[in-house]
Amino acid sequence: MAEKKHAAYICSGCGLGERLDIAALEAVAKKEGKMQVVKTHPFLCSAEGVAMIRADIDDEGVTHAALCACSRRAKTEAFNFPTTAISRGNLREGVIWVRPDTEEARETTQEMAEDYVRMACAEVKAMTQPAGNPNTGTNKTLLVVGGGMSGMTSALEASKAGYKVVLVEKTGALGGWAAKLYKRTPTREPFKAPEDNGVADLVAQIEADANIKVYLNSTIAKTAGAPGRFKVDIAMESGPTVTEDIGAIVQATGFNLYDANRLPHLGYGKTPHVVDQAGLEALAKAANGGVIKRADGKEVKSVVFVQCAGQRDPSGEHLPYCSGYCCNTSIKQAMYFKDANPDVDTVVLFTDLRTPGNGEDFYRSAQNKGVIFSKGVVSEVVPNGDACTVRFHDLILDDKDARIEADLVVLATGVVPNSGVNIDAVAAPAAEAAGSEEGAEAPAPVVEEKPISILNLTYRQGPDIPQFKWGFTDSHFICFPYETRRTAIYTAGPVRRPMDIAQAQEDATGAAMKAIQAMENAGLGKAAHPRAGDLSFPTARLEGCTQCKRCTVECPFGAIDEDEKRFPLFNESRCRRCGTCMGACPVRVISFENYSVNTVGAQIKAVNIPDEFSEKPRILILACENDAYPALDMAAMNRNEYSAFVRAIPVRCLGSVNTIWITDALNSGYDGVMLMGCKHGEEYQCHFVKGSELGRYRLSKVGDTLKNMNLETERVFDLEVAITDIDTLPRKINDYAAKIQEIGMSPFKGF
Amino acid sequence: MSNANEQMAARYKNNFLKEIEEQAEMGEWVKMCMQCGVCSGSCPTNFHPGWDHPPQEIFMMIRAGKREEVLTSNSMWMCTSCYNCYVRCPRKLPITHIMHGIAEYAYRLGLAPKMQPTLHLSQTFWNNCTKTGRVNEVKLTQSLYFKDGFMAGIKKGLEMKDVALGLVKAKRLNIFEALGGGHKCKDIKGIQAMLAKAKELEAKRKAAKAVA
Amino acid sequence: MARKEYAFYPGCSSQKGASASNYLTSVESMCKTLDIKITEIPDWNCCGASISYAESGELPRHVMNARNFALAESNLPGQDIVATCAACWLGARESKERLEHNSALMADTQEALKEAGLSIKAIPEIKHMVEVLIEDLGYDELKKPVKKPLDGMKFAGYVGCQTNRPFGIHGESFENPVYLDKLIETVGGEAVPYDQKVTCCGGALAFSEPDKAQAQIKDIIESAYDNGAEMLVTPCPLCQANTEVYQGQINKKYGTKFNMPVLYYSQLMVLAYGGTAKEAGLDGNVIRARKLEAFAAK
Repeated sequence: MAEKKHAAYICSGCGLGERLDIAALEAVAKKEGKMQVVKTHPFLCSAEGVAMIRADIDDEGVTHAALCACSRRAKTEAFNFPTTAISRGNLREGVIWVRPDTEEARETTQEMAEDYVRMACAEVKAMTQPAGNPNTGTNKTLLVVGGGMSGMTSALEASKAGYKVVLVEKTGALGGWAAKLYKRTPTREPFKAPEDNGVADLVAQIEADANIKVYLNSTIAKTAGAPGRFKVDIAMESGPTVTEDIGAIVQATGFNLYDANRLPHLGYGKTPHVVDQAGLEALAKAANGGVIKRADGKEVKSVVFVQCAGQRDPSGEHLPYCSGYCCNTSIKQAMYFKDANPDVDTVVLFTDLRTPGNGEDFYRSAQNKGVIFSKGVVSEVVPNGDACTVRFHDLILDDKDARIEADLVVLATGVVPNSGVNIDAVAAPAAEAAGSEEGAEAPAPVVEEKPISILNLTYRQGPDIPQFKWGFTDSHFICFPYETRRTAIYTAGPVRRPMDIAQAQEDATGAAMKAIQAMENAGLGKAAHPRAGDLSFPTARLEGCTQCKRCTVECPFGAIDEDEKRFPLFNESRCRRCGTCMGACPVRVISFENYSVNTVGAQIKAVNIPDEFSEKPRILILACENDAYPALDMAAMNRNEYSAFVRAIPVRCLGSVNTIWITDALNSGYDGVMLMGCKHGEEYQCHFVKGSELGRYRLSKVGDTLKNMNLETERVFDLEVAITDIDTLPRKINDYAAKIQEIGMSPFKGF
Repeated sequence: MSNANEQMAARYKNNFLKEIEEQAEMGEWVKMCMQCGVCSGSCPTNFHPGWDHPPQEIFMMIRAGKREEVLTSNSMWMCTSCYNCYVRCPRKLPITHIMHGIAEYAYRLGLAPKMQPTLHLSQTFWNNCTKTGRVNEVKLTQSLYFKDGFMAGIKKGLEMKDVALGLVKAKRLNIFEALGGGHKCKDIKGIQAMLAKAKELEAKRKAAKAVA
Repeated sequence: MARKEYAFYPGCSSQKGASASNYLTSVESMCKTLDIKITEIPDWNCCGASISYAESGELPRHVMNARNFALAESNLPGQDIVATCAACWLGARESKERLEHNSALMADTQEALKEAGLSIKAIPEIKHMVEVLIEDLGYDELKKPVKKPLDGMKFAGYVGCQTNRPFGIHGESFENPVYLDKLIETVGGEAVPYDQKVTCCGGALAFSEPDKAQAQIKDIIESAYDNGAEMLVTPCPLCQANTEVYQGQINKKYGTKFNMPVLYYSQLMVLAYGGTAKEAGLDGNVIRARKLEAFAAK
């Protein structure tokens, strides 16, 4: 490898030259930063400025460059030097834009800038530019699990984009739930009448598509490998198990109706004249546009639809959530009756009619056709001779003893996702058992009702996609709906959240596109979302590893297996580069080429700590690069000022924060440490899903360290920051700085 | 029960919603209500309570077939024609007109509450203004005061004495109108003939619906 | 020739000696200043108002309005109809809208009109006087003749219901229309903000349900007082009468001391244009607007 050559480039544009003593910054870079080349340019991101750097790289052999100008989030296209290690000293957003341009502030502002120059020099010296590993797997075939509307849509969309698809369906035919529907809710203007269910058309397209290989009556026996090199065993009901080479996976395994047998108070099972929505579709299919007849052959003259049957249930006995489609379905089913015979009495009993999409037009159309909608909670459906009596609380007239007689009652029962094994429910007791004493009886693991795995992943974390709320597969609930915690495996459709066909098809298209992106990235050795394109990759110095398994257990993405000797075995293309493993490692043997315990640690140590009597405290900010650091940048763009005593270092995730950074900082005389990470828990905002949660858990133990050092617990402050906290964040920083001044300076200075 | 009422009840059997749709002005809108309750919350009489049932409830009762309860209700008669419900209804139901339509239908069937003061006002106003083509405010006031009988009328007249005196002083109440003077149209005969024809046509149109 | 000409539909209350006769007085004076010619529709009849709904039925109500349309059309061809009363305007517009959108109703109406020897070809546009002022003329034109701005006087613009809903003045919100405030400001007065601007005064129910209507009126007057208004200003004869003439009864019932004059916008304009108290119809106010009378005398 060629010799290292370090350079620092200081920009004096954007007002930096007027606000800062640039010559002093140059001196810092040269003397303290030990940079071999130090240059200043009045407009560093201009073509001329970039050409200057380019020339030094090409002709002078510069391998490492500290660009002391604006935030690392700015001018990324201009400062793009793929083979050179680059660090950024944030003098603009980090210093002059957050400081007042006053005489009194000049000294502390300059000190801030000098520290950021020191930090940029220290960081870049500790970095290596990653080359990336292109040999992680180059298979570009998409596996789609599930042949319903979502799965068929994913398969067709991927094929249209030029990719091979393997489509696996458990049953003997494609179509899923939609195939059972007589018609579907409308998808086109004027949204007034039910439409053909659309299944036949999609099946025909798939059959005619040479890119798509279909396995019917088949399940996934085993999924091994990693993105770009999955080996998937497909078990066929009659015949051998086939192994397919797969690049990425879309899981579109859909849902089942909530079991209406759990609703005896609504008459299900007591009389054949109470059916669920699937039951009604079967009757409508049999009638095929004619008058709808019950199972006993009697023509239905009156029908009542009971919404929210066993769903949106606050008692905890039934499903707490909404199916997302069944109001529109009941509207559609009521129309089956009205369209065949307008004299059939059709009543929909609802509490809140929810009609997503263009359902409001559909709802109005049903009202126009004479379907009666009543706001009421059904307490009971009782067989009554040849009919049923529906007893309900009329919420508008507050009649607690309202009744309707009907020939047929249809229950809208809600959905249960087909998401496979709940690996957390299985793993939690198992982990407890492992921690308990030898010989102690392990508690029986709590296993969900559907213990049959769908993907049968060979990952150490378990055979299926982690679940989130109510058994739906996890996905970043606000920002990145298809991203699961298993790289290159995307879930789409109602297995992910309750939704209707139109939403599922949109979902399936999105998931297919993401899967394609993941396959392509894997082939180039690049990370998938959210550090898409990142070529860095964690490695472990195994000679120092104590086999504690924290990295393998904590990795949110199941990227790290254990080899035969119980050392961590990294599956590079599964990794999202969040650094949680690095943060977790107690012996600090895990690092990335360009992000390590050392790159951050060197920056912490580079900061000049004034003595105890200077009244200039130093506060270290470790800010998540996804939300907190952009929030700081945007605060700066708005010129929201904050304390000159803070020094901010971006981290990939709160999960990547190793506690050594905090103890090092406190030991070297910092007065406080602010940790800025994303919200965790049920409404998490963490781009790495579990990263901030794991990081916080780890850091909650830091209190002991503080006690041992005889320091106040307030010296470490964990702050939840969202990207929108542009105005509040500077205030919080200032409040904390004031608090630190109140507590007093750290006694650890100058050691 | 009046004869008209019995006929209509028999004609529409249990389908009160259909009856309202065909017989009450703007009744065809009742089925389009989505039960949000914005009308109820927008009605001024909601804040100075005067009704048994807000519009939302009346519409629900119609759908639930509560014929007697709806048609004999006092509620529709509380409408001040302020049109607040009308402009706020997210479904754009002409609620003011629906309420008027139901009230009118109830009156037509003889089911409106007896001595309902707003109904009385409506009758008096229309008869007053169609008699000569224009309103005679003095006679209108007189007939309103005396609706509950002579003595009650005197009492009410005394109560309202200050109001009336104020208007007389401001030349805004011409007591000579009571003596048969006052404003009137020239073509009273034409107006009467025109209205008689209109009444006849309207009755014919509604009857045609009922037998269809 | 006047710069604008309209077929005028004064309505029953705006006749001589009727409850809004002072409205008519002030409108006539205002139009003179603004060079607007209003010609009464010959032999016009009552619109039926909203309250007649129960006795009238639907068709007779529309026929009453249709007669006025036919008379205006044949006697004052090419002229828009302008009404000063909110209820007349609303009733006429409602009939126009229904007749134009329902051919069966229109056919029946024509048949009935034949009995009076009339027919309709095309229903003229129907405007409220406020629309004539702010749409056909515009605030700038209205400001030009102002000789004596009503400086330092605080008014609560009481829009009420029927000029505001369901049709309203074009471009205004139902919840907070501002045209009346702008008119007040155009003549130099101050429009105070208050929260009962579009509350119903009870309308015709002031007769049939006086307790409920007076409770509503009390809310309106109280809010105007609380927000510093000296007078109420309205575009509607029934609003004017209801909020003015029952203040005494409300005082008896609730122990309040209301004595707030209630003016028409047209009265303010006449005064700002330099008109006399008589031209502004101030003598027609039951609660005398002493401050304005003194202003007019200056």
